[in-house]
Amino acid sequence: MRRYSVFAVAREALRFHQGWARAWANPEPKKRYDVVIVGAGGHGLATAYYLGKNYGIRNVAIVEKGWLGGGNTGRNTTIIRSNYLQDPSAAIYEKARSLYEGLSQDLNYNVMFSPRGLLMLGQTEHEVRGYKRTVWANNLQGIETEWIDTARVQKLVPIMNTLGPRYPVLGALYQARGGTARHDAVAWGYARACSDMGMDILQNCEVTGVRSAAGQVQGIDTSRGPIDCGKLAIVVAGHSSVLAEMAGFRLPIESMALQALVSEPIKPCMDVVVMANTVHGYMSQSDKGEMVIGGGTDGFNNYTQRGSWQHVEETVRALIETFPMLSRLKMMRQWGGIVDMTGDRSPILSTTPLGNCFVNCGWGTGGFKAIPGSGWAMAELVAKGTPGPLAAEFGLNRFKEGRFIDESVAAGVAH
Amino acid sequence: MSTRLATGGRLIDRTKPLNFTFNGKRLRGFAGDTLASALLGANQMLLGRSFKYHRPRGLVGSGVEEPNALVGLGRSGRFEPDQRTTTTELFDGAETVSQNHWPTLDLDIGVVNNWAYRFLPAGFYYKTFMFPRFAWKHLFEPIVRRSAGLGRAPSLRDEDRYEQAYGFCDVLVAGGGVAGLAAALAAARKGARVIVLEQTAHWGGRAPVDGGTIDGQSPDDWIRNTLQTIEKMENVTLRRRCMAAGLYDHGYVLGYEQIADTTPGDGRPRHRLWRIRAARVVTATGALERPLAFAGNDVPGVMLASGLRDYLVNWAVSPGDRTVIVTNNDDAYRTALALHEAGLVVPAILDARASVTGALPDAARALGIRVLEGRGIAKVHGGKRVTGVSVCAQAGEGSVLEDIACDAVAMSGGWSPIVHLWSHCGGKLLWDAPRAMFRPDAARPPTGADGQPMAVAVGAANGVFALSAILAEAKDTAPAPAIPAPDDEAPMAPVWVMPQGAPDALRYKMWLDFQNDVKVSDVQLAAREGYASVEHTKRYTTLGMATDQGKLSNINGLAILSDALGQPIPATGTTTFRPPYTPISFGAIAGEARGEIFQPLRRTPMHEWHATHGAHWEPVGLWRRPYTYLRHGEGLHDSVRREVRNTRAAVGLLDASTLGKIVVKGPDAGKFLDMLYTNMMSTLPVGKCRYGLMCSENGFLSDDGVVVRLSEDSWLCHTTSGGADRIHGWMEDWLQCEWWDWKVHTVNLTEQFAQVAVVGPNARKLLEKLGGMDVSAAALPFMTFTEGVLAGIRARVFRISFSGELSYEIAVPASEGMAFWTACLQAGEDLGLMPYGTEALHIMRAEKGFIMIGDETDGTVIPQDLGLGWAISKKKADYLGKRAQERAHMANPDRWQLVGLETLDGSVLPDGVLALAAGVNGNGQKNTQGRVTSTYFSPTLNKGIAMGLVRHGPQRMGEVLDFPTEGGKVVQARICDPVFYDKDGEKQNV
Ligand SMILES: Cc1cc2nc3c(=O)[nH]c(=O)nc-3n(C[C@H](O)[C@H](O)[C@H](O)COP(=O)(O)OP(=O)(O)OC[C@H]3O[C@@H](n4cnc5c(N)ncnc54)[C@H](O)[C@@H]3O)c2cc1C
Repeated sequence: MRRYSVFAVAREALRFHQGWARAWANPEPKKRYDVVIVGAGGHGLATAYYLGKNYGIRNVAIVEKGWLGGGNTGRNTTIIRSNYLQDPSAAIYEKARSLYEGLSQDLNYNVMFSPRGLLMLGQTEHEVRGYKRTVWANNLQGIETEWIDTARVQKLVPIMNTLGPRYPVLGALYQARGGTARHDAVAWGYARACSDMGMDILQNCEVTGVRSAAGQVQGIDTSRGPIDCGKLAIVVAGHSSVLAEMAGFRLPIESMALQALVSEPIKPCMDVVVMANTVHGYMSQSDKGEMVIGGGTDGFNNYTQRGSWQHVEETVRALIETFPMLSRLKMMRQWGGIVDMTGDRSPILSTTPLGNCFVNCGWGTGGFKAIPGSGWAMAELVAKGTPGPLAAEFGLNRFKEGRFIDESVAAGVAH
Repeated sequence: MSTRLATGGRLIDRTKPLNFTFNGKRLRGFAGDTLASALLGANQMLLGRSFKYHRPRGLVGSGVEEPNALVGLGRSGRFEPDQRTTTTELFDGAETVSQNHWPTLDLDIGVVNNWAYRFLPAGFYYKTFMFPRFAWKHLFEPIVRRSAGLGRAPSLRDEDRYEQAYGFCDVLVAGGGVAGLAAALAAARKGARVIVLEQTAHWGGRAPVDGGTIDGQSPDDWIRNTLQTIEKMENVTLRRRCMAAGLYDHGYVLGYEQIADTTPGDGRPRHRLWRIRAARVVTATGALERPLAFAGNDVPGVMLASGLRDYLVNWAVSPGDRTVIVTNNDDAYRTALALHEAGLVVPAILDARASVTGALPDAARALGIRVLEGRGIAKVHGGKRVTGVSVCAQAGEGSVLEDIACDAVAMSGGWSPIVHLWSHCGGKLLWDAPRAMFRPDAARPPTGADGQPMAVAVGAANGVFALSAILAEAKDTAPAPAIPAPDDEAPMAPVWVMPQGAPDALRYKMWLDFQNDVKVSDVQLAAREGYASVEHTKRYTTLGMATDQGKLSNINGLAILSDALGQPIPATGTTTFRPPYTPISFGAIAGEARGEIFQPLRRTPMHEWHATHGAHWEPVGLWRRPYTYLRHGEGLHDSVRREVRNTRAAVGLLDASTLGKIVVKGPDAGKFLDMLYTNMMSTLPVGKCRYGLMCSENGFLSDDGVVVRLSEDSWLCHTTSGGADRIHGWMEDWLQCEWWDWKVHTVNLTEQFAQVAVVGPNARKLLEKLGGMDVSAAALPFMTFTEGVLAGIRARVFRISFSGELSYEIAVPASEGMAFWTACLQAGEDLGLMPYGTEALHIMRAEKGFIMIGDETDGTVIPQDLGLGWAISKKKADYLGKRAQERAHMANPDRWQLVGLETLDGSVLPDGVLALAAGVNGNGQKNTQGRVTSTYFSPTLNKGIAMGLVRHGPQRMGEVLDFPTEGGKVVQARICDPVFYDKDGEKQNV
């Protein structure tokens, strides 16, 4: 792989950038792979990357029905944080966050991880108590967060209306090393690195069936023909139930639309990420200058990648209340993705009733931040057949045993 | 120079001059001008700077497609960045400023990026800025952020207001051009209720500028006559300045109406957002002209041929004295003719087509205009303004054949139907190769709830340009069978790069996306690097991601991508069209809901009294409850302590109206409640109260409250204040979806009753003073209820207690709540009565060891954890949550359980702090063995008290736990009984 650097760019500039190679190859499917990963979103690609990097497993295909990164990985609002309450969540999200810190260098692709600071506003007494509890938990989990008062919130975010007549801001849970990254770049960076390790990324290749014999997975049928595999990892977010059905089991997942929207670009006015969960909205400003906005899921199940207008109105109201200046900006674009929601709002990284078939899903509204950690833990699960400590608590069994990892406890929204 | 011509201008009223400023300069335009036409008329060609290279930018178009000419408009609370001048109507006193430059528009330091353009190709930032690691955040990103962005951020609260409205119709017509008006008329004549939305201030669309005849009339006459007919029809609503912004499922259309943009401060709402439900949508949204990609096509003075024609005909503005026309189709000749008619010079028409025949070129030739066939532009000369063009052969590599001096260039690369609305909700497109355009595929329209087509495209939006064909098509609002070329026009020839064989050096100067600075070379680089999906290319290059969302650039871009990939254009496809069609204000999206009424405010009947008696509010759901009633000069803590002490010593008054009150009635009501609550409710005797628990299907405690049996077949369920609506929904969910055959009726009466808690040793005395009812211990023992009259008001009196004191809760009709409250205040005057707020309530329940939903519970706690096993009926076969509570993890004896906690030093434990255990877990996190769920300073005991969940807690009384707090400090607390006050209940059982 040709390394990316400012020198390489300068060299190429002299010949009008004619010398750049493809970032990832576009191969024909082979007959068989040791591991097939369904879904070239961030989680699927990261799983492949760490399979190769940590376990030396490189005869891997990542099978994608559309274009890589085109699912929720390319639709999200890119918030990265690890200030989760429950121990298992905090562990995997913090693993991910700390991998993000060095990901650009690791992948030799600038994913623009920007730990610009993240605030979760406390706007009711109840919320304040929840966040304080999170701070104590984070301290013991080795995650740096703090509770800051209204004056500090105001200083960090001058455009905020902390004295709103309905829900005045009482303070915030602050994670200084939370932030954002460039979502496409995360997918592209992993894809380039996987391709470089000799893995096949098969785009426009839809999985239509899962073949098994004697309770063991044998391979998959795709729109580009059948492919055999030793192990199968299903990492398809909103379509997890569809794939599970092909593999002959059911998942406790509901698929719903989650929407996001951006304003027209303006000069920098907010450096940090702000989440306001009482009023239900969150916002950051992209490097291009757009205000990036999101809210809660649509309240019904569906597979269309668009949502209902009412939700946009609710989200925008919440944010104008929090940032009155927003009223004078315009919405440039809105879109939606299909998120995979579990009952306890925590992910599933698990073995399945089908032998050698593994599933990674349930990241719902908040899995972008988890990509490196999830890939890391999933690679271990696929390579060894049993989960390591990061994934251990996220098995499917927890729903049978009632061992939920409920994150809605501290925050209504989990982006 | 661009100037205002002495005559002409269909839309301007020269008798009404308007003053405005641009970057402080005082300028003048006319009523009917847009900001763009007025600026151009005042010779202001340079209007802004591009996003990445900070190149000088002038007007390209005349409407919604404009990518360049954005300004900041207005001042203070009415300042708005990124206003598109082409669609902003001029008004007297408008203040505008240009954007994205420093220090000034003419002299912009950011232009250094332009000199370094070869080092800054698409996606260069993905390959660089990686070392050293911290530099992205601390060095590179701040620079990128500062140089990106467009307008200045507004900083003040918006001074305008906005409103929202609903509309319903059989046919919604989006677009008020010839096609839209004809379709509206046709539909209206069939009796349909019709709404027509036109985004501009004028009806008729392009036809009056483009000319031709409609039904034997001139476009202006036809439009006037048609409007006259339509306006008389009661079933048609016409709305100008109202853009159809989006089409959503089931024929839901968003209309964005601009009402008071030109009359700031006149009191009317600035924008109105229409949510219209239409049985059928006709998209008559027209078409947009495409630019051509030649070197220097972004220099100010290079414009769309149609846009230039608009300025000339509509506003009598000439962008230049000498305009070179460059085209691949006949339509641009109309611009040449219009220029000639205005007395301006057209030195040449460069037509990329090898041979040019037909009526329009002939007309140009007849006027003596040079028509050069098979020619294109090799390069545009000029920096902040066009000074000339070099002509080359389109088929060649750009050798210069001739230089032509000019100060404007009008370009036309053909037309693209506006298919946004058609596509928003799933309508598909087909590629019309001869005319190089995507147009709606009538066979694959967006479909409604019934699976039937919900939209139809007409006119230019459907790729139909000939006026005669548009009329024919609109009459039956079905797509025309064969799509004819515009009247009398020769076929166009697709031209994606000019000249065809342009070398790199030229391709690096051919702009596709003018605002985002995406060039032909960028798209080709994306293809070379494997960003081959059109979505990858878009994201890698930022093509089409600017405020115009690719209205001018998308088709050209994907044609170049297809060429680079060696595949046909339809194989590449388009990116997804997403609402809104053009950006709409957030103000309009929020509507009236802001400030106090941002969410509905629920008020108890006593709300106003609280407000005038020192209430410090706490939001509880949509309610606001007094946290405490501050007295003059008192701090929050003192006030709360006073209220607790007074209630315990004398008597306190609480507005408990927000408490959920749901009546459950019917022959199966008892059976239903037995399923809903963990307790047995069917056996509760009439007149008795019982504290009940509700769990989710997963077994977790979700709500609690006192249930009262009102009569043989009706129960009153009290819920938490925050839980009332949720619980009522939960009841209905079960009744409607699962137990639909049970005879049960539920009504949420929360707002129908005011509820007042009279609490404290003097409570009974107070009620006796109110008079009308026997409230003695014998007549009304603990956990019973009675109905009657108190203080002359019909009342239900419940003898229940959430504080451990002698206490009554009295429900009266909401309309009499304030009267009853006042009566209590009067009766309590010499009994030491004081009102108290939610914080005193919380403290008193904690002193008494009562749990609070949301504090002791958090969705992970089961009743068994809280020592509430006594409230779980062992006699019942089932209740919601029962099976779940039998699961392995729920029955695990290691679960954390409720205890009291008292610090060794009497201090107050911090909220939510955790108790440390030895060692770390598999992920290196410190182990814990419990946590604080409620913690308060107890004014009664004069020390900190707390409740918490601790592993094996109840078996570990007296043990001391370590709670690490801030800065490594450890607070120690002893496990104790959670009931801190009046363990034997002597105070409440009097
Ligand atoms: C609007 C929105 C905002 C969000 N905001 C945030 C945020 O701020 N922070 C955060 O951390 N998270 C956020 N998320 C969540 C986050 O985007 C997701 O959790 C995460 O991207 C999931 O990644 P993934 O790889 O699991 O799934 P995806 O990226 O969706 O990838 C799954 C892939 O599987 C493919 N696939 C599906 N079916 C098949 C098949 N049969 N054959 C082959 N391939 C198939 C899909 O095409 C897709 O590419 C947001 C999500 C949305 C929708």
